[in-house]
Amino acid sequence: MRKPVIGIEIHAQLNTKTKLFCACSTQFGAPPNTHICPVCLGLPGALPVLNQQAVTHAMMAGMALNTTIQAVSVFARKNYFYPDLPKGYQISQYDQPICLAGWVDIPTESGTKRIGITRIHIEEDAGKLLHQGADTIAGSTHSIVDLNRASTPLIEIVTEPDIRSATEARQVVETIREHLIHLGICDGNMEEGSLRADINISLRESDTSPFGTRCEIKNVNSFRSIERAIQIEMTRQNALLDRGETVIQQTRQYDEATQTTRPLRDKEESHDYRYFPEPDLTPLVISSEWMARVRDALPELPAHRRNRYHQAGLSPFEIDVIVADPHACTYLDAVEQAGATYPVAAKWVVGDLMAWLKQENRGYDTCPLTPSSLAELLACVADGTLSGKLAKGVLETCLSTGETPRTVIQKTGSTQVSDEGELTTIIDQILDANPDVVEKIKAGKGGATQFLVGQVMKETKGRANPDVVRRVLSGRLGI
Amino acid sequence: MSVIQSLANQYRSGQRRVSDAIQSRLATITQQDPTIGAFLSVHTDQALTQAATLDQWFKEGRELPVLAGIPLAIKDNIHVKDTTTTCASRVLQHFIAPYHATVTERLLNQHAIILGKVNMDEFAMGSSTENSAFQITRNPVDPSRVPGGSSGGSAAAVAANMVVGALGSDTGGSIRQPASFCGIVGFKPTYGRVSRYGLVAFASSLDQIGPLTRTVEDSAIMLDAICGHDPLDSTSSPHPAPAFFEQLNPNVSGLKVGVPRELLSEHVMPEVRDSVMAALDRLITQGVSWEFFSMPSLKAAVSTYYIIAPAEASSNLARFDGVRYGHRAEGCATVKEMMHATRGDGFGDEVKRRIMIGTYCLSSGYYDAYYNKAQAVRRVIQQEFNTAFAKYDVIITPTSPTTAFSIGQHHHDPLSMYIADIATIPVNMAGLPALSIPCQPSDPLPVGLQLIAPAFEEQRLLNLGLAYQQVAGWATLLEVHNA
Repeated sequence: MRKPVIGIEIHAQLNTKTKLFCACSTQFGAPPNTHICPVCLGLPGALPVLNQQAVTHAMMAGMALNTTIQAVSVFARKNYFYPDLPKGYQISQYDQPICLAGWVDIPTESGTKRIGITRIHIEEDAGKLLHQGADTIAGSTHSIVDLNRASTPLIEIVTEPDIRSATEARQVVETIREHLIHLGICDGNMEEGSLRADINISLRESDTSPFGTRCEIKNVNSFRSIERAIQIEMTRQNALLDRGETVIQQTRQYDEATQTTRPLRDKEESHDYRYFPEPDLTPLVISSEWMARVRDALPELPAHRRNRYHQAGLSPFEIDVIVADPHACTYLDAVEQAGATYPVAAKWVVGDLMAWLKQENRGYDTCPLTPSSLAELLACVADGTLSGKLAKGVLETCLSTGETPRTVIQKTGSTQVSDEGELTTIIDQILDANPDVVEKIKAGKGGATQFLVGQVMKETKGRANPDVVRRVLSGRLGI
Repeated sequence: MSVIQSLANQYRSGQRRVSDAIQSRLATITQQDPTIGAFLSVHTDQALTQAATLDQWFKEGRELPVLAGIPLAIKDNIHVKDTTTTCASRVLQHFIAPYHATVTERLLNQHAIILGKVNMDEFAMGSSTENSAFQITRNPVDPSRVPGGSSGGSAAAVAANMVVGALGSDTGGSIRQPASFCGIVGFKPTYGRVSRYGLVAFASSLDQIGPLTRTVEDSAIMLDAICGHDPLDSTSSPHPAPAFFEQLNPNVSGLKVGVPRELLSEHVMPEVRDSVMAALDRLITQGVSWEFFSMPSLKAAVSTYYIIAPAEASSNLARFDGVRYGHRAEGCATVKEMMHATRGDGFGDEVKRRIMIGTYCLSSGYYDAYYNKAQAVRRVIQQEFNTAFAKYDVIITPTSPTTAFSIGQHHHDPLSMYIADIATIPVNMAGLPALSIPCQPSDPLPVGLQLIAPAFEEQRLLNLGLAYQQVAGWATLLEVHNA
């Protein structure tokens, strides 16, 4: 099989409150055509005014991906006719984008690999067509237009053709997505279309051969589809070349249902977008002060977080799970700040707490148990006030009632019994009630000890300190 | 000698009621507009209601802005909320503006009364108002002639005394040339001085709204009302707006004027040249000195303009696709067919011609040769103006190389009409302010004198214009028209 050369364009919707050029809300899922105004409707006479927050977001992405932020960038009109495009052109950036020449490191089996970022630019999204009478445009009787999404802000991140496998491609999108999520500038939801990837792929005979003719695959909206679409397209191109045919440069669409890619348009039919500088907007000038302000406020990036958690002794699994959710990171850090150690805190954050949040469909940012309360609970385990098992019970109560661990412990009296005298009394009663078990143990069946420990736990409603119970039992039975 | 000021005084002294003034202008429209054809819509009821309210307010002795009760007209490419904005195009024939243009809002905040929307070349493309999809407009000075364009309706309405002032838009001379043809004052402010929000765009980097009035003072009053930064227009300048009317000063002694030789030689009618030379002589009596100088890039201005303006227009007019508003062709099987038919039926020939020119100039493979090169020439023109302004305070040219031409004269030769904008186009290319004032009383046809100043030096133009107005003896002219 020939070797693939892959480059990716990621379109990420910025989660600003308002649209890129007007004050309309960007909220997803509102009734059709309720978040619209003369500007995003493209009414005659309306003019765009640039959303400064979107610029800040784009700068953050640029900084996180090690690009150079341009002091002057220029908006341009990309002209084409489509019913979901109200002005007949999309305001984008063309030959002078806001960010140029960066990189991102991705993990691979043979270590970290650096992928070049060509550019990042800001642009507005189009509206949405809802085809009626059929599931797709083919066979539909008519289409209706929802312009709520029209003019919501996007950034397009373009990588260099540095990617050499489907797995790497997936990793690039995952890593960039993780960056955007940690920056808090994109929700990364691929299903809702907040993050979309177009993939450029060509094949060549060897790692040193010149690049072959490429195809662009659109509409790849999950991590799994990225890998599959690339594999399918590689197979298709490889078969063409095996037969001595040539690959035609074209835009293709990935069809999840049929597991194929099919042509959308050839190069010859590709739009001539007639780009020219947008005369309704002045060039975007970013002062060094603005740049510095954004850089200073940049949140911790995922690679740095991973490294820090690794140093703190977290397992690779825990790191993956926690870093996948920036709210989990914030939560974990706060638990540690409140006095817990990272490894202990991580066990709970990734374990019982995460299970409960998933079940309740809630996030760490709205968790009813505050990080300091969790730290308090973990302190009780550390000093022996609570057993691990008791602590789990307290945690559950805290989560369901919203009470603090201290309150729950006081109410239920569920502290651990470690007092040797108190436990000896109970143990003696149990030994008296179970002479046959005592006999077995004396006959060398050590496993039966566990039964007795269980009986003590039952008697103390789980509050007995198991270490103390074992020590007393050993003494009493002489083992 | 401000018509606005004198009417405002009459309102305040109780000498005249707003309702009477409005009724009288509406009567003039009823009598004369069937011949002139300036108005596309007349807002009679709204105007009379507003007038009645103002009469009550004046009676109560309320303090009101100078424009209160002043009858105005608005070019039909500037929105007045809840009324039609047709741009004199079939594609917007029934389009009702859902919002006010910033300039409209500012005039209405001063309680000016908008009598209606006036005719223009379709989407402001033309120099004669013959390109309107609905009607031609005749020049009130000589109805066999055009009023100029594209703001021909605005100029004719003012010249025929249907209104005291009007708003027009100027992309390559569309305020100044019709003002010149109709013997009135037309003012294109500095690019960015007046908000374009609510002006239907023709060429965004060149378009500017401005007043057409009978006197220089009236233009100053109207500019005061409409100018100033607008957060809704990113290209509107944060430059502070002075009080132009208050600071009017006809003492222009010592002012140095440059006259580009290129604009008094080729293509200039002898009577236009003579009029301009006589005007320059009159200015000398006011202590102004002048000399010829050369601006070689002026020769390239028209061809450069006819790349940049159509390029921007081809994009600006893409939104008229029948999907969301305006005309939509019926009976089409696909959306592509519908768009083709809508635009095919909806636009007139001149608009289609410019969309095609613009599309071609922006096409891949042609962009560098046309659009990019035109932008480079545009910078040269700007530089030559800068150089000239290092030496001169004001540049003076004829507004148009000709007087008003006959209706139909250029019908089959668009290029000959394009040349008519040779003196006005360079001003838009450089984003400068320019004032067109009548050179002489209309005998037989008006000639316009164009005064050009550096960016944001509108006051200088108004002062010089006022000085000229005073020596040129417009008082007689005004009395004739006011009778």
